[in-house]
Amino acid sequence: MPYNCVCLIKQVPDTKKISGQAMNDDGTVNRAALPAIFNPEDLNALETALQIKERYGGTVTAITMGLPSAADILRESLYRGADDAILVTDRKCAASDTLATSYIISCAVKKLDYDIVLCGRQAIDGDTAQVGPQLAEKLGITPITYMEELQELANGRITVRRAIENGWQKVRTKLPVLLTVTDEANEPRVPAAKFIMKYKNAMAPIEVEKAIRNDNTALDEQAVKQLIEDEIRVLEEKNLLIKQWDLGFLEADINWCGRSGSPTKVHRIQSVVLTAKGSKEVEPTESGVSDMVHELIKEKTIA
Amino acid sequence: MISVNRQGEVWVFAEQNEGKLADTPLELMSKARKLADKLGVKLAAVLMGDQVSELAERLVQYGADKVYLIEHHLLEHYQANTYAKTLHDLIHKYEPQVVLCGATINGRDLAPRVASSVKAGLTADCTDLQIGDHEVKATKEVHKNLLFQVRPAFGGNIIATIINYDRWPQMATVREGVMPMPEPDVSRKGQIVEEKATLTKEDLLVEILDQHTRPKKVDLKAARVIVAGGAGVGSKDNFRVIWDLANALGAAPAATRAAVDLGFIDKDHQVGQTGTTVRPSLYIAAGVSGAIQHQAGMSDSQKIIAINNDPDAPIFQIAHYKICGDLNDIVPKMIKAIKERI
Repeated sequence: MPYNCVCLIKQVPDTKKISGQAMNDDGTVNRAALPAIFNPEDLNALETALQIKERYGGTVTAITMGLPSAADILRESLYRGADDAILVTDRKCAASDTLATSYIISCAVKKLDYDIVLCGRQAIDGDTAQVGPQLAEKLGITPITYMEELQELANGRITVRRAIENGWQKVRTKLPVLLTVTDEANEPRVPAAKFIMKYKNAMAPIEVEKAIRNDNTALDEQAVKQLIEDEIRVLEEKNLLIKQWDLGFLEADINWCGRSGSPTKVHRIQSVVLTAKGSKEVEPTESGVSDMVHELIKEKTIA
Repeated sequence: MISVNRQGEVWVFAEQNEGKLADTPLELMSKARKLADKLGVKLAAVLMGDQVSELAERLVQYGADKVYLIEHHLLEHYQANTYAKTLHDLIHKYEPQVVLCGATINGRDLAPRVASSVKAGLTADCTDLQIGDHEVKATKEVHKNLLFQVRPAFGGNIIATIINYDRWPQMATVREGVMPMPEPDVSRKGQIVEEKATLTKEDLLVEILDQHTRPKKVDLKAARVIVAGGAGVGSKDNFRVIWDLANALGAAPAATRAAVDLGFIDKDHQVGQTGTTVRPSLYIAAGVSGAIQHQAGMSDSQKIIAINNDPDAPIFQIAHYKICGDLNDIVPKMIKAIKERI
């Protein structure tokens, strides 16, 4: 029996490879110091979806909410075997917290035909692990978080092993389901050459527009618009168009999106600068080490 | 969501598993007690389960003025839907101003589901909570006595203070180990309020077929002295020097994520943002470079000794004793000095 999988992915700053200062002098995050990558555990979620498709048939749709540049990770998903890619992008999504994000994504997922929704356990920029469970609540489907192994999919039921505190549990539930997938679940595949060849020219409309405007600065507006329209139609015919949805298309209630839809606000952001109070250099010699140990025993730090 | 309710209580979700209270909500009680006192409201624990009433008194001893006790056979095992539904109903009934959960696996499963259904704000994995005022820059409007939810973000490179001034309750999950466990006071008296859960079998969305837990191999949170090794230790065989120093001190052996990923030691020993947060009297870091993610789990140690052959290693910035040299040379010297003195 085939299953339709919808996989939520996110483009995140690579917080482990920070070059230079994480913060600008004005207190904002210095995104230039943080290369943008495919959120690691979202690759595990995508891998799970692709394995389901290979084993049982069905489709894999990758969907992301983000800046136009997030089309990069949608192409990355197509290169790995996803069938369809959707970019949810709209200036009015800016400043969405997890509650607003889960609302916007729920509006998008409701437009799709799905049996299984998959997300990474958490994204490395915020590490909140909140959007998955909040999305399941908004879709009215069963959430299973911290999935470590997909064990069985049969007769409209799914059995998985998930992490619990200091251990694991095996659970079964009826579809549809939302899974949040940990990095224990599998080893994500690398892009396949045949899919790279097939999809390397796949683009979202906003990217098409930007490229055509850059290349045709001398043309008048109407001619440019015509070129954009033509190119989008060509891509669509070749099945290379990354779908692009905005809040109007999603029929989302704007009061629940972006800043107005986000109960949490930032009061203050500080750069992390940790320094020890009163530190001393210890000579790497027998007497240096011995004196230090003696001092720690004397002040009862070492019993 | 509920509207701003200044008389609302401060709540802690008292997670229990198999009839045993989890550590994190108990750790949270001392901080929650301070928040409630500052706000001049009561501190309540929310205890759910099947036949768990004997745990209610303990929550009072740990600082609760009130315990909402909800017993139901369908609450015997934690499940997202049954627990979320019950907590959701209780929030609407009593309108607390603050709802806190431990950032355990269950807490991180439950809190977002409740926040979504209540349509309230939620901040994950806080490392500190305070009460303070916030001015909205655009309108100059000042919101007094809000919950400041302090958490690391961007992989620990920044610390953000988050607030929620209009869609209450103010909800947060709090990391394990970042708040010291209070001493129970057996003479404390509190009120136990029994509440009913309205659940049917259809609310159990998941069947639990099998479950296994095992105790952690080491209790890092309780250790007074910790000896941690990083990737710089070089190999699993060489990690023996970390065990030897730990044994000489009666300390707990620990490791960075890098050392765990390299297979030097079991993940139970991992300290840092994705491991355990510790605050021992003495933390000895050998061959540890001091990535910000590791520092996030140990920088509150009272004394830190760093041993590293790289004089520019970030760990030296937070160390009280800096020993620049080869750990294979220095650690045996330390063991010798300890054995001579103790």
